[in-house]
Order: sequence, then C-alpha cells, then structure tokens
Amino acid sequence: MDFLNTLTDNTELFRKGFLGTLALTGSSALIALVLGTLMAAFRVSPVPVLRWIGTTWVTILRNTPLTLLFFASVFAVPKLGLNQLTYFVLAMATLGFYTSAFVCEVVRSGINTVPIGQAEAARSLGLTFSQTLRTVILPQAGRTVIGPIGSVLIALTKNSAIAGGFNVVELFSTQKTLTENANPLFAVFFWIALGYLLITLVLSGIFRGLENRLAVAR
Amino acid sequence: MNDEPLVVLDGVNKHFGALHVLQDIDLTIHRGEVVVVIGPSGSGKSTLCRTINRLETIDSGNITIDGSPLPQEGRALARHRSDVGMVFQSFNLFSHKTVLENVVLGQTLVRGTPRAEAEKKAVALLERVGVGHQAGKHPAQLSGGQQQRVAIARALAMDPKVMLFDEPTSALDPEMINEVLEVMRQLAEEGMTMVVVTHEMGFARSAANRVVFMADGRIVEENTPEAFFTAPRSDRAKDFLSKILHH
Repeated sequence: MDFLNTLTDNTELFRKGFLGTLALTGSSALIALVLGTLMAAFRVSPVPVLRWIGTTWVTILRNTPLTLLFFASVFAVPKLGLNQLTYFVLAMATLGFYTSAFVCEVVRSGINTVPIGQAEAARSLGLTFSQTLRTVILPQAGRTVIGPIGSVLIALTKNSAIAGGFNVVELFSTQKTLTENANPLFAVFFWIALGYLLITLVLSGIFRGLENRLAVAR
Repeated sequence: MNDEPLVVLDGVNKHFGALHVLQDIDLTIHRGEVVVVIGPSGSGKSTLCRTINRLETIDSGNITIDGSPLPQEGRALARHRSDVGMVFQSFNLFSHKTVLENVVLGQTLVRGTPRAEAEKKAVALLERVGVGHQAGKHPAQLSGGQQQRVAIARALAMDPKVMLFDEPTSALDPEMINEVLEVMRQLAEEGMTMVVVTHEMGFARSAANRVVFMADGRIVEENTPEAFFTAPRSDRAKDFLSKILHH
C-alpha cells in the first residue's frame, strides 16, 4: 500500500513537479522551434555572415554537454549582470538554445530534401530568398521534418530533468523531497517515470497525427 | 517583331570548374523575336538560357534586359526575374499547392495583386492553356503535358517581357509534346519574346524567327530556320543535323 500512498499522499508535490516539467518543456520547445528554424534559414542563406552565425551556433551548442551548459548559465550568466533572471528562465533558455541546435540540423536536412527546382521556380517568379523559404521550401520540408522533430522534443522533455539539479521545481526534483520523507525508492521513481511517459506519449501521439495529416495533403 | 533589343548578352563567359561552358557569347534578342537554341547535349545551351535570369552566374561579360543590367543579387535581382518568365524541363510546379495557387502565388507575393483579381487572371490563363478544369488539383494529379502547360500559365501570370523555355518538352511522353508546343506556338504568334532551348526541330522550323546553333560552349552558327535547316554553313551544324534529321 506504501506504493500507492507515495502518490496519494504527495499529489500536490507531484502536481507542482508535473506542471513545472510541462511549463519548462513547453516554453523551451517553443524557443527551440523558432530559433532552430531561424538558424536553419541562416545556414542556407546567401549571406555569408548569417551562414557563419548559424554554423557557429550549432557547433557550440550541439557539441557541449547539456549539464555543462546548465552550469554556465546558472553560475556564469548572473555574474554577467543578469542576476535578476530566475532559475526557471535560465533553465528555459538553456534547454531552448541547446535544443534549437538539433532542431536547426533537422530542419536543414529537411530543406535539403526539397528538389532544387522548387527554389529555382520560386526565384524565377521573382520571390525573394525569405519568400521562397517561407512559402515554397519550408512547407515542403515540414513534411519530412515532422518525425525527427518529434524525437528531438521527446529528448527535450527528458533533458529537462537536468534542470531539477539546478533549483528548478520540476518532476525530477520532487524525488529529493520524496526520498527524504522516507517514501519507498522504487515507488518514487516509478511515479516520476510515469509522469515523463505521459508527456512523451502524448507528444508522439501528436506528431504521429501531424505526420498522417500532412501525408494526405500531398 | 521590331529591331529594338530586349535581351543582350555581351562577351559572356562561364566556367564549371575546368569546363569552359560558355565562351564569349554575344547574342541579342529583339522584342517579339522567337529564338530557338539548339545543339548537342553539353553544348551550353541550357546554361545560356539560365544565365538570362541569373539562375546561373557568369564569370565575365554583361547581360542586359530591356536596357538595364542584370543585378547581382537581392531584391533588385528578384524584381528583374519577375519580368523574365521561365519554363523548366521538369516543370517544377510547387507540389504542395494547387494548380490555381501555383498561378496565383507570384502575382500576390511579387506584384501585390489583390487575391480576387489574381485568381481571376489565373483562371483565365489556365483556360487559355487548356487546363482550366484542373484548377483545384495538385500538380502530381496531372499528366506531364498538363503540368507543363500550368507552368507556362504560371510564368505568363507575371506578364513577363521575355519567356525562357529550357527544354520544355524533353521530359514529356511523345503524345504530350504537341499540346505543349501548340501553346508555345500560339504565344509566339501573339508576339511574345521567347528564347527556346529544344530538340524539337519541327517547332524550330515553324515558330522560330532565328535559330542559334551551339556547340562546345560557343555559338557556332545563327540563321533563319529555313536557311539553317536547308543549308547549314558549318561542318559542326551539318554533322548535328545529319544525326537528328535522318534517323
């Protein structure tokens, strides 16, 4: 009965943790998608400076361990004078920036699957680079990109657990309080894992749905 | 046709790595003129066609359209391109948009035409090329010949000063070639300035004002179709014609 009590006696704690993870994942996913798409646009743009920015962004963020990035943002960023930022905002930015590097590469590979003739036709009509990208290339790239983006966001959900180690209230951080209150270890981890599973399963469901819908429209 | 030059290529050179694909090309296309460019594959004729709206950059020389030089990049280039219609070998219709949307897109985005007006014009153009009843379909649901006619309508929607055709019938099944050539012939009769890269010698004979024969990156010979096909001057052209006309 201890097993079930771990959940029922701590619903408020679990609720807060679950909502924390949801908020953190949702907000950083938004940042990652917007920034990642922008960086992908930079990487294929005809302007050398923008290409350089995109490449540097991806190289640094994709190749640094996430925990290290958390250390940098939680301990170094406040020293740069940005000390009024909350841990939640710092974690959101760290996860968002980190994940944007992966989103960028997924979107860029999606762009590369669109036949070159599509861009040539758009340019021939007199569309500018950004018009071509927005109305012709990205909508077509989107179809091939949906699946991999789903994987990236699921990884993001799980990566958000690291924020728990940096003073952010989220699902994983609840284990500290729960184990201190002598709850059975297995039960603690079971209910936490179930919480993550709930989010990731809903995510994969949404993305499977999107994939099917866009496939029909072809 | 009159003698007013519309597209002028002056001393144009281009390399693909070690390959000198365009060598000192001088070519003037007059308003209302139909120029057919023929030649063996690898002769540079497609590249020549694509330099006119700068889908291919050039290494040296000048290209002017209607008196103003082709800009290098950016918005000025985009504006220039909107005046030059392009029809590709592989159609390149926007596959995620309907046939109607394909013809509307350039008008609304580039010309700023109100949507209703753009649609009306698109429908009229689609009727004109004989695919009016297909407006709601996606490109993949159309035959190759129909797709290419939509592509012509899409280019015409911009009211271009000149139309470029880069092997427009080379990817088509034989029975669909004529429906596309017929549309092109009609355009030529209506006075459209056209540059046509093609292997369709029948079209060259009947619709062209001038035939330009290219080989190895050079313009080897240019003449009226009648003179070119009956009495080619260069050995290269004689050789080429003997291979394609007597098989």
